[in-house]
Amino acid sequence: MIEATGLIKRYGEKVAVDDLSFSVRPGIVTGFLGPNGAGKSTTMRMIIGLDSPSAGKVTVNGRLYAQHRAPLHEVGALLEAKAVHNGRSARNHLLVLAATCGISARRVDELLDLVGLSAVGSKRIGGFSLGMGQRLGIAAALLGDPATLILDEPVNGLDPDGILWIRNLLRTLANEGRTVLVSSHLMAEMALTADHLLVIGRGRLIADVSVADFIREASSGLVDVRTPDGDRLREVLVGPTVHVTSTAPGRLQVSGLTSDQIGDLAAAEGIRLHELIPQQASLEEAFMDLTHDSLEYQRSDEVA
Amino acid sequence: MTVTEIVRPMSIPRMSDAEVAAVHVSAPRVIRSEWLKMRTLRSSWLTMALAIASVPGIGIAIAWSTERDWANMRVREKGHFDPLGDPLSGFNLAQLAIGVLAILIVAGEYSGGMIRATLAAVPKRVPVLAAKVFVFTTLTLVTMLPTAILTFFVSEHILSAVHIQTSWSTPNVSRIVIGVALYLTVVAALAMGIGAIVRNVAGGIGAFVGILLVLPVIAEALPQTWGDRINKWLPSNAGQALMSVASDNTTLSPWRGFIVFSAYAVGTLIVAAVLLRRRDA
Repeated sequence: MIEATGLIKRYGEKVAVDDLSFSVRPGIVTGFLGPNGAGKSTTMRMIIGLDSPSAGKVTVNGRLYAQHRAPLHEVGALLEAKAVHNGRSARNHLLVLAATCGISARRVDELLDLVGLSAVGSKRIGGFSLGMGQRLGIAAALLGDPATLILDEPVNGLDPDGILWIRNLLRTLANEGRTVLVSSHLMAEMALTADHLLVIGRGRLIADVSVADFIREASSGLVDVRTPDGDRLREVLVGPTVHVTSTAPGRLQVSGLTSDQIGDLAAAEGIRLHELIPQQASLEEAFMDLTHDSLEYQRSDEVA
Repeated sequence: MTVTEIVRPMSIPRMSDAEVAAVHVSAPRVIRSEWLKMRTLRSSWLTMALAIASVPGIGIAIAWSTERDWANMRVREKGHFDPLGDPLSGFNLAQLAIGVLAILIVAGEYSGGMIRATLAAVPKRVPVLAAKVFVFTTLTLVTMLPTAILTFFVSEHILSAVHIQTSWSTPNVSRIVIGVALYLTVVAALAMGIGAIVRNVAGGIGAFVGILLVLPVIAEALPQTWGDRINKWLPSNAGQALMSVASDNTTLSPWRGFIVFSAYAVGTLIVAAVLLRRRDA
């Protein structure tokens, strides 16, 4: 459980995080979504005490992160920027972190195995690919068997295989009852990964919604229908709150009815349907709509 | 969720309850971690090897060449030779190596981002700096003390061939030999403080060299009445008083100088600790 109340971070004149209050619950994957520069990384750094808030506070399981006696058992973090020394081997990197709170070398080896780095454990991190670096970061985050995980853009730079692996990992961690906060600037990725969304822009909380609600709200309510009996269907469907338009012969766009209702009505009249597709605005579009006003680096011609 | 996906549950290794109960941060564990950090970098080994080799390497070379050349040396040259201090002059190179390594240990964590992992593991922060200082000053002392003593005995043995050796029991000799190791130990502490304040390897080494090596050279240019009053208080001059045979009004007495030098190091480390707590990582 992560709880932020009135969190503010200023860098001189610039406000990076502006009065954020939210809570991240255990047992689900919470997506932390926002455009680049929205304040996601800064917020995550404040959760584990790397940056101190200008005002407000954020606690992990009821306490400031620094007050826990076994911080790595409380929170495992994968931050966007690499947090390693390139001259050290992967295994030694983990051993160094494990040593701070008495985690065994056996556990280090188990985690190297989990992330598939056993074979290169003795190699210097400097020679690692982006994907290997991310995997090492995941192993470091899991080192203390933490109740809470904070992952900043974990799929950045990964191949499709790696992305799927991360999704499975996040799902498994949440199913085990852990608190999982994962940031991204890609809505589509969040739709696949997260159960709940915290959307921020310019340091402010824009939305705190479940992914299901977000997708429902994002859908336009239009249903595309393809049928050889277009004229008959139109007569059946049209009503005071129902609009039907046609873009081509045999193709209808219906608003005011759900796809279920259209299908049932058509079946009752014996009308053949070849396609019945509820139209969803793309999630990226919905996300853009939501965050449009808060883009930090907006193209000037986009400013209305 | 409206988007279905195939979840392949993974088996993530868990810690047993007994393991969880034993997991917490403690001073010995942070020290162990810092010791491990130092041992697992190649640069530590190379730089430390240079520091250790420089004192006997230079000392024996000086003693041996002097012994070979003694018969041909002029009287004035012979008079300039210090059979105690000259064979120990390798400490000048050793202090550079130790200072550079101290700064690498502290500021090197900032160049790659390791500091974020370190401070996430030990969020109280100051124990990290304390452990680094403890580990490296201890290492410096336990390596440089035998090194200095060994250098003394080997070079005096070489010089005994021409009967210009000095002995351990001669007044001030033991203090000066041990002083080499003590001086270098405080150099390590001071350099770590500088590294922690500057947080950048190149900048840290620049500041270290400037304060310890360049400042005394510049101060030489001061008018004598000013210089005599100021120069002895400069960090390295104060510290090296411990390695001088006699003191006059232009130097501090050996132990007083050493205490002043140590105070510089402690002061620098206190500033470093306060900044470490305050600044964002």
